[in-house]
Amino acid sequence: MNTNAPQRRGVTAIDGALALIAVLLMVQIWLLSSTLEEFLAGRRDAATPGAIISCGIFLACLGLYLLIERVDAEVRKD
Amino acid sequence: MKLFRRPSSDPLWRDEFSVSTADERYVNRRQFAKFLTLTSLAMAAGNLWIAMRGWLYRQPAYPRNLVAGVDEIPVGGVKLFAYPEAQDTCILVRTPANTFAAYSQKCTHLSCAVYYSKESNRLECPCHQGVFAIADGAPVAGPPQRALPRILLEQKGSSLFAVGIDLGERA
Ligand code: FES
Repeated sequence: MNTNAPQRRGVTAIDGALALIAVLLMVQIWLLSSTLEEFLAGRRDAATPGAIISCGIFLACLGLYLLIERVDAEVRKD
Repeated sequence: MKLFRRPSSDPLWRDEFSVSTADERYVNRRQFAKFLTLTSLAMAAGNLWIAMRGWLYRQPAYPRNLVAGVDEIPVGGVKLFAYPEAQDTCILVRTPANTFAAYSQKCTHLSCAVYYSKESNRLECPCHQGVFAIADGAPVAGPPQRALPRILLEQKGSSLFAVGIDLGERA
């Protein structure tokens, strides 16, 4: 295999970001299912905080994805 | 595709499959990250949709429908009826305590029809053994997590009327 040190470091950083995205996504799936459950039970007050938190999680995922793109671009430059 | 290939030290397969293993690993991770981020966007959209439904929700105006005569149902007996629409089947029970209770017949787990068990004085779902209390429709056993919607009844003389639905806060 011809990976050099910066590339290996890049892969590690990308792996870390990916793992974080995966964890955030799991939380988001749980959030969606429990908000839906509450909504169907007639309790509508959980819907707005649920939506705000879910959007926040999405923005975090997007940030991590952009980080992955940047790390990738930088490593490729080397 | 080039017709003539300059002789080089690289074998032909390297020209034709020019993605190196390391590059491919990067691409796969990037694509996977993109896929996860798009999934996250879909989840956020789902949550926003629920919130929007909540904001736009208006308490529907329920009709007042005659359900049954009081003497029509014996103690421990049941009557099925539809409320508020013809496809919304409900169950009216005259409990051993001589009170009336009416609930949507649709199980809150996966929508099977619940029935009244006289022996246990509970509403039971045959699909996955879900059980609901007759007093308030709350789930007491099995997979259901939500209470059965309760049909609000009004007694006028010897007639029972359905006047609304309480989705309730009964866990
Ligand atoms: S549908 Fe009623 S318990 Fe599953």
